[in-house]
Amino acid sequence: MSKITAHDLAKKQKEISVAEFFERNKHILGFGNPTRALITSVKEGVDNSLDVCEEVNILPDIYVEIKNHEDGECKVIVEDNGPGIIKKQIKHIFGRLLYGSRFHAIRQSRGQQGIGISAVVLYGQLTTGKHAKVISKIQEDRPATAIELAIDTNKNRAEVISRNIVHWEKPSGTRVEINIMADYKRGRRFVYEYLQNTSVVNPHAQITFKEPDGTEHFFERTSETLPRKSIEIKPHPYGVELGTLIKMAKHTKSRKLSAFLKNEFTSMGDRTAKAACEKANLERDLNPKEMTREQFLALHKAFKKVKIMAPPTDCLSPIGETLIKRSLKYETKEISPEFIITASRPPSTYSGSPFQVEVGLVYGGNLPKDATVKVMRFANRVPLLYQQGGCATTTAISSIDWRRYGLDQKSGKGMPSGPAIFLIHVSSTLIPFTSESKEAIADVSEIENEIKLALRICARKVQHHINKKVKRKKTREKFELITKILPEIAKKSSKMLDRPVPSLDAVITKIMDVVWIEDLIEYEKVSGKTTEKPVQTTLLKGSSEQHDGGAITKSKIMVVNYKRTSQKFNLYAIIPEDAVVGTVNPKPAKIKSNYIKWNLDAIASADKVDINFELAGLEEGDFDENDIYIENINPSYVIGADKWEGE
Amino acid sequence: MGGRIVMRKDYTDVVKKIDSVASKIYDDLEKTEIPYIQLPTRSKSNIEFNEKFNVWKYGKNKIQRSAKSLDGAYMLLRTMYIVDFIKEMIKIKKSSTLREMYYISEGWDLAKFHSQNESNSLAEDLEVITSCMREDFKLRPEEDGARVIGNITIEEMTRNNRKKKIHCQDDVGDSGYSIPYNVEPEKISFKSADVDFIIAIETGGMFDRLVENRFDSSYRALLVHLKGQPARSTRRFIRRLNEEKNIPVLVFTDCDPWSFRIFASVAYGAIKTAHISEYLATPSSQYLGVTPSDIENYDLPTDKLTKEDIKSLKSELTDPRFQDSFWKNEIKLQLKLGKKSEQQALAKYGLDYVTDTYLPEKLAEMGMIKK
Repeated sequence: MSKITAHDLAKKQKEISVAEFFERNKHILGFGNPTRALITSVKEGVDNSLDVCEEVNILPDIYVEIKNHEDGECKVIVEDNGPGIIKKQIKHIFGRLLYGSRFHAIRQSRGQQGIGISAVVLYGQLTTGKHAKVISKIQEDRPATAIELAIDTNKNRAEVISRNIVHWEKPSGTRVEINIMADYKRGRRFVYEYLQNTSVVNPHAQITFKEPDGTEHFFERTSETLPRKSIEIKPHPYGVELGTLIKMAKHTKSRKLSAFLKNEFTSMGDRTAKAACEKANLERDLNPKEMTREQFLALHKAFKKVKIMAPPTDCLSPIGETLIKRSLKYETKEISPEFIITASRPPSTYSGSPFQVEVGLVYGGNLPKDATVKVMRFANRVPLLYQQGGCATTTAISSIDWRRYGLDQKSGKGMPSGPAIFLIHVSSTLIPFTSESKEAIADVSEIENEIKLALRICARKVQHHINKKVKRKKTREKFELITKILPEIAKKSSKMLDRPVPSLDAVITKIMDVVWIEDLIEYEKVSGKTTEKPVQTTLLKGSSEQHDGGAITKSKIMVVNYKRTSQKFNLYAIIPEDAVVGTVNPKPAKIKSNYIKWNLDAIASADKVDINFELAGLEEGDFDENDIYIENINPSYVIGADKWEGE
Repeated sequence: MGGRIVMRKDYTDVVKKIDSVASKIYDDLEKTEIPYIQLPTRSKSNIEFNEKFNVWKYGKNKIQRSAKSLDGAYMLLRTMYIVDFIKEMIKIKKSSTLREMYYISEGWDLAKFHSQNESNSLAEDLEVITSCMREDFKLRPEEDGARVIGNITIEEMTRNNRKKKIHCQDDVGDSGYSIPYNVEPEKISFKSADVDFIIAIETGGMFDRLVENRFDSSYRALLVHLKGQPARSTRRFIRRLNEEKNIPVLVFTDCDPWSFRIFASVAYGAIKTAHISEYLATPSSQYLGVTPSDIENYDLPTDKLTKEDIKSLKSELTDPRFQDSFWKNEIKLQLKLGKKSEQQALAKYGLDYVTDTYLPEKLAEMGMIKK
């Protein structure tokens, strides 16, 4: 047998084309089967559209259509009202794999979720042999460009088949049509679920979905406010990989190591840069371009030993509790849930990457009582539909004993069952996925912990809600019965004795022996021009002018003193941080961003006090239950409010 | 409470007492106080021996039925309905059974009872509160008294308002004279009584055995069938005979803890009716048997004590009515034996054994007959 030489081997060694790479790895890229291919295609299109609209401050209006051809071939159409793409960029964005603007930036974006829209173009080309069609318009008074393109798989470059100038009604936007092999019958449910879930966490977006048979689904916009823009940040030393560090040093404009550290990284100041250099045993004025691998290694190790501030968190754009609640309310209105509870955690970090967890819980109503709870998982506002079992969210839910909170759970572990839907949203500059198909969040202990903490807050709120309800119901029942029974007793005795029926108010007060607090919330629609604008006593951060229209939330709190003696105490009402406080009556002692405080004058026995306040900047139903707390009174005297535990 | 209770034909006093219940509530309401009614705790822990009457009566522990709690408010409302109902019955000269009252309460809306136990117990409460008898309230039990056979003559006022003399051997069949629910003087009186003692018998089977064997004639005995836990009228009947005709009372029951309680209610007063013990109980009653010692002495067929039996025997050891040495010893003996027996177990030695041997021996032992 002749010996195989290096030359022989070299003959076989060649560049693998992207197409080949794609073909071999399509399962991990989300095109593993015709069902997944369909949903991935829609997802890539919609995620792009949402990202680009937000970037230029346009409320997204997205149209998704699927035309079902025979033989399992579909045409997927995604159209947006975004800023459009300039002519020469179109071919790069749709015709080159791994090309884009968001991949390198450290900030929260949807783009990092997928491989990119060009992969869909390639998949379509590989499975149907058909070209993709893109229409884009960037300015209202200019015509649109329509391009038909294919991907040259050897060069990873677009091949423009045709380019035309066309008329398009839209002021601006992009429309892409791609033919792919897909299983519409099976994929339909996922596409629908994906779009619905997307709408839940993107209440500012409006999505239309047209099915092959012409059926249209409309996912309404429930918020007119665009999410806070995430700010791009530099890498944090804790999260940077050695290779990246070396690459960054090669390209830096800084000539000294200390300057390089301060300029190219986040959270690095003079002190920390100095500390890192000392720990690495490196001179601070070393030229980063001339550093050796060993030196980089020492530096990389030193990062972990120095206490470095957490990265700034304005690179994150959480949804916010009010919007989560509103969306859930809107999406579950047919279920008419008993309550919706939300909780959010402050931003945190893992390996130098900031992240934040928000959760929501829908309970009761027409939800099935014996099925496993439904979990809606989101990463950077993108729904995760597959691999729920392997997701950190599942681990977190399973680790909590839900039996105390009205759900069933075998031995207090695992997924609970009962009439509930969980929503978990993790936003981060870098979501740690378990695999490239990006369907499950990895069990990073920091993230898992934060999810658990958020869920616990939620659970506590559920408990609180249930307790309050039970206590109130009990007292109310007693009250109702006493107010029925006592007059009967009085009537009978006075009839027997032939004497006038005595007045019972004072006796009823003595029997109840509580301070009764009850609240009522009403909404008043405001057209932009109403004369009765709320008198603004204070303007809170983040809630600005755009609140014409919408509704005024009118909250009324009734306090009745059923104690024998007069009662004097302080009362707090919790308000959403994004609300604007209008008229408040009686005069509050304090208005903070998240509560209003009153120092109530002594309320005489059997007397009643009404407290009214108005909130603007909320939609009808955003604020549907007062959270009331009391101070300077024995909490056991009070029904309908809990002890104020401080801010 | 405490005064001797006599049956009244004139109801003004009853009405006055009933009104006082209503006034108590009314006055509380008028004074803007939470209305309440106070009454003695009706349990084993609150009965004490009354030296004056030689019976067990309620002690000093009181409970309050207050409108402060929902349950209390319901009780007060029901009490008001009952007193109003009683007042109405007195006015229209009608009476009703406890069961009828329970059904009438169906129309009382919020005040309606959920079981007859509730309404019976409230009627008893009302007796306790007012020191009246339920007969005063025109309420009667649906159960009648038991049977009587022996050489006495009773004069009964019949429903036709005619007095009728009944001799309890000659004028009755083998089932005897049936004690009416009202045994007060206006209803029955004892014309003659030529007997040496009364034997109050727990079971019908033993009563019939003694009747068949003519024990009433041969031993000059008045046989009274208790029918288990005796009705008020039966106990009252026995007490009157004992008091008015000076006839000793002997109680003959099975040998188990429940039967001892039958004796206690005849002799000492029942816990439920401790407010009228002096009216119902016969303190001089004696327990004839079957005693736990009899089980041994007569080598009677037995059953094993059940868990419940043991529990109630132990409870009797702490019952203030069973604190004399006779009962303490007998109860302890039975617990030691772990066995119980029935009256009719005496048939082991033949149908006549009870009348020929057992009873004569026991009666002689007790000094009722000469050996």
